[in-house]
Amino acid sequence: MSDEFILECSGLTKEFAGFVAVQDVDLQVRRGTIHALIGPNGAGKTTCFNLLTKFLIPTRGQIRYDGNDITALNPADVARLGLVRSFQISAVFPHLTALENVRIALQRQRGESMDFWRSKSVLNSLNHRAHELLDDVGVGAFAGTVAVEMPYGRKRALEIATTLALDPQIMLLDEPMAGIGHEEIDKIAALIKRISAKHTVLMVEHNLNVVADLSDTITVLTRGRVLTEGNYATVSQDARVKEAYLGSAHA
Amino acid sequence: MTSTAGHPDAGLQRRTISDEIAVFIVMAIALVIVPLTGLYPYFVMQALCFALFACAFNLFLGYSGLLSFGHAMFLGTAGYICAHAAKVWGFPPELAILTGTAASAVLGLLAGLVAIRRQGIYFAMITLGLAQLMYFFYLQAKFTHGEDGIQGIPQGFLFGFLDLSKSTTLYYVVVAVFLLAFLLIWRIINSPFGEVLKSIRENEQRAISLGYKVDRYKLMAFVLSATLAGLAGALKVIVAQNASLTDVHWSMSGEVVLMVLLGGLGTVYGPVVGAFLVIAMQQYLAGAGQWVVVIQGVIFVVCVLTFRRGIVGEIAHLFKRSL
Repeated sequence: MSDEFILECSGLTKEFAGFVAVQDVDLQVRRGTIHALIGPNGAGKTTCFNLLTKFLIPTRGQIRYDGNDITALNPADVARLGLVRSFQISAVFPHLTALENVRIALQRQRGESMDFWRSKSVLNSLNHRAHELLDDVGVGAFAGTVAVEMPYGRKRALEIATTLALDPQIMLLDEPMAGIGHEEIDKIAALIKRISAKHTVLMVEHNLNVVADLSDTITVLTRGRVLTEGNYATVSQDARVKEAYLGSAHA
Repeated sequence: MTSTAGHPDAGLQRRTISDEIAVFIVMAIALVIVPLTGLYPYFVMQALCFALFACAFNLFLGYSGLLSFGHAMFLGTAGYICAHAAKVWGFPPELAILTGTAASAVLGLLAGLVAIRRQGIYFAMITLGLAQLMYFFYLQAKFTHGEDGIQGIPQGFLFGFLDLSKSTTLYYVVVAVFLLAFLLIWRIINSPFGEVLKSIRENEQRAISLGYKVDRYKLMAFVLSATLAGLAGALKVIVAQNASLTDVHWSMSGEVVLMVLLGGLGTVYGPVVGAFLVIAMQQYLAGAGQWVVVIQGVIFVVCVLTFRRGIVGEIAHLFKRSL
């Protein structure tokens, strides 16, 4: 069982001062697939996501990753095990160049990097790999550009390159398409598709259409609970899903 | 798609480094020729000690984003220990300075362990609290002689042959220590460790998500900062030949914030400029008595209102350089 699923949670619950944001969520992410977590605003997607990556501590429930209980670990340790997340707001290091952004992630291979007496030129051995990663996501031309000056869609690609630099077992992408234009969406979607050949992907998305072609499994969340789960054909035909979405889409 | 992969250096912020080196050479030459200019060497030595203190403070605030409001405890602790070691234990100056500096390093580790998990104002208040604790300890402790301080500290012979009671010798030793410490700080900022520190300052959550245990890096930066502040404090008592409560008083912790903000937070040379300005003000406005504090306050307000990046920060911004 643990071989088939890379990430599982059971009875996951988060309460904020009496408000239950996530309630009894059971989720199983199959190895090597793209799994989407969708739902209308306020469904608890991002909370759920923060719980799985340990940025929030669950009130109740258990999280298993690669067969091991990770409920008690801190976020940096979880990242070291190969469960790496992105953020809803594009999470780059704004005043570092694109190359330096990726290199910070590659630097993890060196261990703790506590060596304050050594010149940072020792990091130049990572530059080749950093350029490869940037080229791979199509932002090679921005290598010398400070991240804050890059177009928004390119920042998202940079963020994915940074995440890939850790060679994660599973990537958790928090609304990777949020705030980017239609053409960019196709590019990012193609990128995610390509990544999934080597890495399991769990993504949170607001928009059902975006994940339609991409996802193997879709879990629909409303009001902190799992409404239904299945492939796009099953989920999109579900009357309850339509209701949940129409309710918010036409509001 | 592999257009840039062939140039391993492309994409690094290289433009800045040559500027920093040029300014360093100018600074070193200026310091070396000071005794020939007729400028009072004692003033420059004092300013250099404060400049080192400010650089050490900036290493932590400028690169971790946390405001320590208790850095005087590191300046003062190293000062007292160095003074006691030189005067009572009869240590040679190099050992006395090392002992004082080491004491601040240990204190930095202990204070850091208590404070480092806190954010923002809580961090500032905990460091202030610890510094006040140390202040009252030094006020009461026998070896510090309370209000009198430790007077008449022997300067001795550095490495057994450099007579520090000769003002020219002392001056060049202080310049050498300052320049070496400055280079060390520059190296720390430009090390693999410094890169992680910058990433934490830029986006802490993202650094965590990449697997960095950020508290460890902040603690290391804090200890390094405390140690270098200690070196400044120990050097200062050898120069001034006395150690007093002024150096551990909370207003000293405030003064270093002023120096760094005035010169330019997070810049390499800002703290040096800020320290020289503040010390010069105190020196040349000494006749104005209590008004010095008022003038300092006005300058601080003007600085915050009109040039927030500090003097060096504004210049660097204007010419799009990093200094």
